[in-house]
Amino acid sequence: MTETDTSSPARRLDWQLAQVRAVVAETDRVKSIVLQPGNWAGHQPGQHVDIRLMAEDGYQAQRSYSIASPPEDELLMITVERVKDGEVSPYLLDELRVGDWLELRGPIARHFVWTDGLRGPLCLIAGGTGITPLMSMLRHRDRTSSRTPTVLIYSARSLADIVYREELDGMARSSNNLDVVYALTREQPKDWVGHRGRIDRTLLAANCFPPAQSPAIYVCGPTAFVESVSGLLVELGFDPFSIKTERFGPSGG
Amino acid sequence: MDEAHISRGFRSKRQMQVANDRVPPGQYVTTDFPILSAGPTPQIDVSDWKLALQLGGSLLGVWSWEAFEALPQTTIRTDIHCVTKWSKLDTTWQGVTFDDLLNAVGLAEPPQPYVMAHCDGGYTTNIPLADLIGGKGMVATRYDGIPIAPAHGGPARLLVPHLYFWKSAKWVRRLRFMPEDERGFWESLGYHNYGDPWREQRYDGD
Repeated sequence: MTETDTSSPARRLDWQLAQVRAVVAETDRVKSIVLQPGNWAGHQPGQHVDIRLMAEDGYQAQRSYSIASPPEDELLMITVERVKDGEVSPYLLDELRVGDWLELRGPIARHFVWTDGLRGPLCLIAGGTGITPLMSMLRHRDRTSSRTPTVLIYSARSLADIVYREELDGMARSSNNLDVVYALTREQPKDWVGHRGRIDRTLLAANCFPPAQSPAIYVCGPTAFVESVSGLLVELGFDPFSIKTERFGPSGG
Repeated sequence: MDEAHISRGFRSKRQMQVANDRVPPGQYVTTDFPILSAGPTPQIDVSDWKLALQLGGSLLGVWSWEAFEALPQTTIRTDIHCVTKWSKLDTTWQGVTFDDLLNAVGLAEPPQPYVMAHCDGGYTTNIPLADLIGGKGMVATRYDGIPIAPAHGGPARLLVPHLYFWKSAKWVRRLRFMPEDERGFWESLGYHNYGDPWREQRYDGD
């Protein structure tokens, strides 16, 4: 964590309206929402936006969502998972329609970001919808025809819970330098030859680039997942400073 | 855009009724204790732990865990507010107030107007002294009566509850006085330099 950017001017991130252009059902519990912002200055893969909803009685709710689309795309994609008893996610999943307007501001945060041009291979580790900011990185890598050696290790409950699966498999087929490894924790097809159960030390050791190659590592998922994986990576000898984490709290919305 | 846009069909589903003067704008109340940090959680043995108070090139005080535990202990009950939108009400912390740290090194008043907190894992955050003294800030070692878990910043974290919670730096090891303000980790990466939740100072420029 040596990055500093003390010279950055204090430009306020204003709220703006974005129009919903498409809603894509990704899995039973997850949809992607494709937005056309009015005024978007671009983002780095890994950044997020804040979404603000307001009820007629003036009640407001804000939540953060990672951006799934790459900077190269004109439209902005966020991917939303249903949070049990949530307030914002059920609205975005069940109520929001194409043509609606959504208030957002961003892009936000410059820590959990990757752009092609950073040195070293890239190791991405996702739990559930933690794939979202990593997908922005992978799409950016794909759009720029990057040769950066990359591995994605992605843990999901079942095959049907893997978000963006077709696109990920397609990217892995078309790139010599990208490996996609799935870990299915709860349910596996009968003929599944991939990893069964949670991401463990052996799976990480077998698929991450060795510490000597100094990979840039990004871990995103629920808190317990990130705690477990990042702890294992440190045990395996990876420099803690090379591991960037983003945690989804248990009580999002 | 000043006026918020009404979201068609959106209604509050909050069951919990909380007085508005407890929850800053844009926040919601949670009973969980979510975690936000930029990297792996450091596992720190208290036998290796030391806290230092630094002024320029010299250390005004260095405390081992035992010495730190022997300083006057204060318990406070307070609300905390994370920039990621959750607020948690009535949390209880125990630790050593910044006032007592200054007393312990024989300082009647702070020598410089800003502090940078340096932490295990490389994290830093900057805080004006005025926001640490007068009982406003402490180095906390217990949450709800028990040692703070590593993921929540244990063995010791800063607690400055009237600012967004990233200012309450986890795994604090060194408090460095500064004659002029400098930006810490998140403050250099797009977050607000001061972080008052009541003025919704989340990001740079807010």
